[in-house]
Amino acid sequence: MIEIKNLHKSFGHLEVLKGVTETIAEKEIVSVIGPSGSGKSTFLRCINLLEEPTCGEIVINGESITDKSHNVNKMRENLGMVFQRFNLFPHMTVMDNITLAPRKVKGMGKSEAENIGLQLLQKVGLAEKANVYPNTLSGGQQQRVAIARALAMQPKIMLFDEPTSALDPEMVGEVLNVIRDLTKEGMTMIIVTHEMGFAREVSDRVFFMDEGIVMEQGKPADLFSKPQLKRTQDFLAKVL
Amino acid sequence: MMNNFWENYWAVLPKLVGGAEYTIKITIIAVIIGIIIGMLMALAKMSKHLWLKIPANIYIECLRGTPLFVQIFLFHYGVSSLIKEFIGQPFSFQIMTTAIVVCGLNSGAYVAEIFRAGIQSVDKGQMEAARSLGMSHTKAMFYVVLPQAVKQAIPPLGNEFVVLLKDTSLLSAIGLTEIFQAGKIYTSVHMAPFPTYLGVATVYLALTFVITRFVNWTERKISAGDSHRRPKKAKASRKGV
Repeated sequence: MIEIKNLHKSFGHLEVLKGVTETIAEKEIVSVIGPSGSGKSTFLRCINLLEEPTCGEIVINGESITDKSHNVNKMRENLGMVFQRFNLFPHMTVMDNITLAPRKVKGMGKSEAENIGLQLLQKVGLAEKANVYPNTLSGGQQQRVAIARALAMQPKIMLFDEPTSALDPEMVGEVLNVIRDLTKEGMTMIIVTHEMGFAREVSDRVFFMDEGIVMEQGKPADLFSKPQLKRTQDFLAKVL
Repeated sequence: MMNNFWENYWAVLPKLVGGAEYTIKITIIAVIIGIIIGMLMALAKMSKHLWLKIPANIYIECLRGTPLFVQIFLFHYGVSSLIKEFIGQPFSFQIMTTAIVVCGLNSGAYVAEIFRAGIQSVDKGQMEAARSLGMSHTKAMFYVVLPQAVKQAIPPLGNEFVVLLKDTSLLSAIGLTEIFQAGKIYTSVHMAPFPTYLGVATVYLALTFVITRFVNWTERKISAGDSHRRPKKAKASRKGV
């Protein structure tokens, strides 16, 4: 479903991704772990072209999205993204945050979009917050709204960029619960995370990234219990 | 002496109010032109296309880098003489035409910088979030970034509005009977510079006071969603949603 071939990304002289080649199957759930600065987030942001790869190719459902003639906006409709810092639109109510893209991109009617919005808010447990502004919500609630907003475009793939890293510890659980529920719905998901227990529990596969490449990967039971590389062992020893 | 002062002060005010009509008319029209041009120029300046970016930069630099006074003369006498030569017939601009064109273009350059600063103050995660939902750059700009940028821009826009209003006094030099010129005419007859110019100052002050109140009110209205800044207002507005 997602094929990544020899992906490189540099910022100026700094090479952040040094050749990532991976294939992610449909409905597969992949967690990406690794130390800060290892290129995890850049890797994720390249997949929906928020960062333009310096070289390499990304093919999603048979279409090369790195091809210049490819319609980026159309592609992104299929690729929901959840950010570390939520990035809700502060000038809109929760409901407007969720319905904006379905209405303005898909041309959906207001009542239809709000129906979907309400269902999604129920799913993330925030139906009663539809008409408030984001800054009245806690971090955990904001992130749940952000997940609902991404789901409103009915994407086939969800990308999570450290969804719990900006949260107070007591709010991490509520967000992970929402993501855990989503993993049971058969979506393809790539989750960049520092929550090792969660990665181990929900993932089909785990990538360990360091120094701009996927150093080691495998089933969570294998990677967490018997990592092959010294670098992976050191990292896991520190975080587990 | 004092009697004379108040007599002149009260006598000059109605004449100044007549002049204020021009001042207000020019300021309002120029502000509207300035906002339209300013928004387009801000977007052009931030565009990645050089054919938009370069002309916008030249426009902004030239109009901000030269005195409004010089621009007024350059247009009113300079450009009109050029046109006269070109069409081979007598030609001149009406004073109001010059006033509106020059003030509008001048304020457009300043407003462009205000909007640009406003757009850049919006967190870049906002654009990314909108784009990640499949919105085009234009839609993301229009629905997500600009509403927040405009909110940021309101206080400096109000400031620009006040500066422009005061600068219309420069139009007296090409013979427009706005507030200042009306005062000059009065005192040239009545020889009472102090009450006259104090009257002139009073009228400007009254006008700028109204503008600043209006700007404050707009700012409050528009930031109703920002409950962390104005908790009470935000709550009231939510009830209405």
